[in-house]
Amino acid sequence: MPADTGIEGRDQAPSEVRVAGEVEELERRFQELVDADQRIEPRDWMPEGYRRTLIRQIAQHAHSEIIGMQPEGNWITRAPSLKRKAILLAKVQDEGGHGIYLYSAAETLGVSRDELVDLLHSGRQKYSSIFNYPTLTWADVGAIGWLVDGAAITNQIPLCRCSYGPYGRAMVRICKEESFHQRQGYDILYTLARGTPRQREMAQDAVNRWWWPSLMMFGPPDEASQHSAQSMAWGIKRHSNDELRQRFVDVTVPQAEVLGLSLPDPEIRWNEDRGHYDFGPIDWDELRRVVSGDGPCNRQRMAHKVAAHENGRWVREAALAYEAKLEAGYKRGARASGRAA
Amino acid sequence: MSSGGAEGPAPPGPEAAVPGSAPPPRQWPLWEVFVRAKRGLSHHHVGSLHAPDAEMALRNARDVYTRRQEGVSIWVVPAAAIVASSPDEKDPFFDPAGDKVYRHPTFYELPEGVRHL
Ligand SMILES: [Fe+2]
Ligand SMILES: [Fe+2]
Repeated sequence: MPADTGIEGRDQAPSEVRVAGEVEELERRFQELVDADQRIEPRDWMPEGYRRTLIRQIAQHAHSEIIGMQPEGNWITRAPSLKRKAILLAKVQDEGGHGIYLYSAAETLGVSRDELVDLLHSGRQKYSSIFNYPTLTWADVGAIGWLVDGAAITNQIPLCRCSYGPYGRAMVRICKEESFHQRQGYDILYTLARGTPRQREMAQDAVNRWWWPSLMMFGPPDEASQHSAQSMAWGIKRHSNDELRQRFVDVTVPQAEVLGLSLPDPEIRWNEDRGHYDFGPIDWDELRRVVSGDGPCNRQRMAHKVAAHENGRWVREAALAYEAKLEAGYKRGARASGRAA
Repeated sequence: MSSGGAEGPAPPGPEAAVPGSAPPPRQWPLWEVFVRAKRGLSHHHVGSLHAPDAEMALRNARDVYTRRQEGVSIWVVPAAAIVASSPDEKDPFFDPAGDKVYRHPTFYELPEGVRHL
């Protein structure tokens, strides 16, 4: 893949010594741009590590948007009203769009869409673990919108200023659409929480199940996070995992109070000294288990994704064949009219 | 100068396929999408997408980039048809404009009392 041809149009350097000096100079210029809060654009020189990190992160992000359509798609045909169904359809369609914005950003780094899809299908790239949990009731659609999209927004807002131009621009577009997602989820829960005792119970149960996995979406605690320091220096990441997690807890706790639902953590309380809500310890073993493939739905999600891709193969091929036929017909037509003239 | 997409190197051909598998069919070509947000504004680049032909590229662009009435007109351009200046020649290429400050009205000092100029 052309990801290795980072420097376009430069002549072969005559000696290794010269190469070393030259690369240092390029690296220095690159870092200067980043430090000046300028954006790196696709055809700029960039360190291989930067390119690899971005491809991995953007691809994982794109895969998450696509796989994330499944848990909610599960409820489209069973939405409780036509209005809810139309809203959920629009939301899930947005997620598909987010996947495409992000794949398109990743492709500017010299990797092809086919390669990325293959990396996902062969398990060499991952998607967010949150989508390996099942959606058991309609209230789960509400909890996902409120908590999962809410956590995603908290993560994504700083990415709008990511040093890599196409990624930042895709995130701006995504963030604009995400607030609708979060509000429609909150609206579902708010309605259920004011419904029958059974509906209220359903809403509470969904929140109980989605709360902890949502906190895990911010990734491992700072002291265990491998790539953070480098990503910060490169302007890809702007806040640590724990900072973002805290920010999410701080805005979400008061929202739960308005819903009249509780969060499944007895240790949540306002800490006057810190100016933040304290919360209990996260079960990192659970995250490790789900990431390594042992979540409740990992196999189902991947099987469904691969099957959808394979079942669509004939459509992709037919479309190409049709285009080739049109092209050939056009050329024949052009030759024929050329002779006639 | 080199061609190959507004925002990146040309997508790799079939030879970039996964080793060990049969050569996969060619992937749908890449198109760059430009949207006119409203009458009176020019088209702006918004992103890219894959489509088998121009007509499908337009339809896909509508679904991907204008779900909320973000545009009144769309252009799709095969990414491979775009010719871009190279970032490596950035300085020399754009240098000629650097020392021509007299192209800006602020270069000129107006005498006292002159108005509407
Ligand atoms: Fe999304
Ligand atoms: Fe969303």
